[in-house]
Amino acid sequence: MKMNFSAVLVVGLVCSSAHSMAQAEPEVEKLKAAIHQLQVDFEKARQEHQEQLEALSRKVAELSSKGQSATTSPPPVSVVVSPTDSKWSPAKPISVARSGSSYMNISFDAIVDGGWSTASDPSRYLQLGDHDPIQRGFTLPNAEVALDGAVDPYFKGFANLLFKLDGNNETQVELEEAYLQTSSLPGNLQVRAGQFLAAFGRQNAQHPHQWSFVDSPIILARTLGPEGLRNPGAQISWLLPTPFYSEAILGVFDGSGGTAYSFRNGGEDGTMHGRTTQDRALSGAGDLLYVPRLATSFDITDQQTLLLGTSAAFGPNLTSPDSRSEIYGVDLYWKWKSATARQGFPFVAWQSEGLYQRFGAGGDGISGLPAESLRDWGFYSQVLWGFRERWVAALRGEYTAGNTGLLDATDLFRGERHRISPSLTFYPSEFSKIRLQYNRDDGASFGTDHSVWLQVEFLLGAHGSHQF
Amino acid sequence: MNQNTSFQVKTILTVLALLSAFPAFARLNVVASLPDLAAIAMAIGGEHVEVFSLAKPQEDPHFVEAKPSLILKLSRADALIEGGAELESGWLPSLLDRCRNTRIASGAPGRISCSQSVRLLEIPTSLDRSKGDIHAAGNPHYLVDPENARRVAKQIGESFEALDPKNVVAYQANLKKFTTDLDTKLAEWAKLMQPLKGRELAAYHNSWLYFAGHFGFKIDIFLEPKPGVPPTPPHLAGVISRMKASGVKVIIVDPYLDRRTAETVAARSGAVVVDVAQFPGGIKGTENDYLKLMDKNVQAIAAALVK
Repeated sequence: MKMNFSAVLVVGLVCSSAHSMAQAEPEVEKLKAAIHQLQVDFEKARQEHQEQLEALSRKVAELSSKGQSATTSPPPVSVVVSPTDSKWSPAKPISVARSGSSYMNISFDAIVDGGWSTASDPSRYLQLGDHDPIQRGFTLPNAEVALDGAVDPYFKGFANLLFKLDGNNETQVELEEAYLQTSSLPGNLQVRAGQFLAAFGRQNAQHPHQWSFVDSPIILARTLGPEGLRNPGAQISWLLPTPFYSEAILGVFDGSGGTAYSFRNGGEDGTMHGRTTQDRALSGAGDLLYVPRLATSFDITDQQTLLLGTSAAFGPNLTSPDSRSEIYGVDLYWKWKSATARQGFPFVAWQSEGLYQRFGAGGDGISGLPAESLRDWGFYSQVLWGFRERWVAALRGEYTAGNTGLLDATDLFRGERHRISPSLTFYPSEFSKIRLQYNRDDGASFGTDHSVWLQVEFLLGAHGSHQF
Repeated sequence: MNQNTSFQVKTILTVLALLSAFPAFARLNVVASLPDLAAIAMAIGGEHVEVFSLAKPQEDPHFVEAKPSLILKLSRADALIEGGAELESGWLPSLLDRCRNTRIASGAPGRISCSQSVRLLEIPTSLDRSKGDIHAAGNPHYLVDPENARRVAKQIGESFEALDPKNVVAYQANLKKFTTDLDTKLAEWAKLMQPLKGRELAAYHNSWLYFAGHFGFKIDIFLEPKPGVPPTPPHLAGVISRMKASGVKVIIVDPYLDRRTAETVAARSGAVVVDVAQFPGGIKGTENDYLKLMDKNVQAIAAALVK
């Protein structure tokens, strides 16, 4: 096989070079001869392979017929035995590689949203997240291929390749995550490197199919950005030697682009909060984005677990050469699950996050905006109730506000807003879900809007298990 | 002042030393994914091991909560005993990814994967999720066959001997005692079950295949239409008529399954519901004792069938 490939490659290379040197007649003759020789060699190799294959399949058939006639004493140690049917016919199903016999988990997950909103263009100010339903009618905001597996005894590798349809139904591709993680560092340490979602709070590090609602909370989109905070970088985390679970994490990121929204982000039209951004290279370690986090968890009873976290993000922004942004957050997750839960039901889960951001906006001579601190704060709080097998009823309340800068009368992205969202989700199995959600949005700049969204999701393949 | 500072330093150092000295006792720190494995590990390890089970006895073994506290348990373990065969695949891998413990990494001597010791049944020829929750490696509920417990106990014993050579004698003696006790019980159970051979039972979920195989029962009727899919009224109607037609008098139900549905079916088909458990502690009084649990299961089923 390898040989065939290299032969084809040589032929291809030879062809392309022959084309460019068409004038050199003797060269062409030489090459023709060479190609002929290659063809002969190739044919010979192909025949040899064919013969080898035939010999092998004869041997397999022989062995399997022997195996069937052998005595059927149960072997003390048995492993997965593949079906011994020697010949495959189109009527038989193809058996896929079994788990554990493949080098990685491969899965595909797609989310389809459909719905209606009183806002004619929900993406303009209602739905700020990049994987939210962004328009009336149908959207496909997230379809991802997830890969994970052990690289070698030292690393595990993860990748999330994401496809989505934008407002014009054009396909966009994102390398959402691609990182390796150590599995054998001493001292309870773990290092991660690559592009990955920052460990800020709870929801930021989750993929959209893990969300409990169809959209991302407003305050997360306003501070960590519509796509969430993810960037190329590295992270070290330490499992503290305390009697209860506690983990300290420090992420260091490049901190640029739309996926580091409040940091070295040039802005879609070259402005951030009305200021023209000035692109600049890193001038030192202080220009990187730092994301520290401390998380701790307790089991209140065998059925109740509490997880508390506090996170921050520090880095420069591009509105002036010395402007900086900082974000602080606290998060809480509490879950009760019945001692005799069946398939994980019934349960009650409460999740809340509160965030505060100070965006040090530089003065801008062109727009006449002065240097000022833009402060945004807000929270969301959601309760999920898995009231019977496969069914989850949920309610989320959100509030966001900020100080009023000079621009804010027209800045739909900022300003006071609150939203209430009841939802009902049905899981036909672990691999699919159907979710109905209603949003009542109230905003100082746009009044009241109502939206109803229906979401369906499906998952194919083997998907790595999720964290608590 | 100086003395005060040095006192503080000493205190801090002492605390740190205490915190980091987690294997303070020479006992082997063993984590088992499930309570049946934990019970066998306790029987083999005796006083030389400390055993913790990640799943609780009444919990659905497919859907254990991946609580952060379990990461901590795994990070400090000398050995991890797992069932394997994908039973824990929904929750154990994410804990292992974060536990940072090479002693229990895949392939390490401290990783004891018990499905290696048994012959798995119902290995699907094709993977198709329209058939429900099917495990690619085969049916993972293998420890309800006591013969498999013998194989698993042997594997655990050998692993303990390799991990903790100075207590080899104790592990071998414990293993011998466990197998002798098992043999005694097997003889008792065989006597009890012999006249009931060939009888048919109904089950909620397909987790008693190996048990049926060992004792010669037939379990073909399940309350779940497909593995992991909750019962539907039309399917239950079919179950009731099939049970009546073939004279099935017993429905066995695990503690984490829906007993009420089973009771409804039992009432309409003239059968009885029998509580059984795969995990020691799933039935009261059987905590941490595999043989006691199997004894209860066998007694309960035999009593219901004799009636």
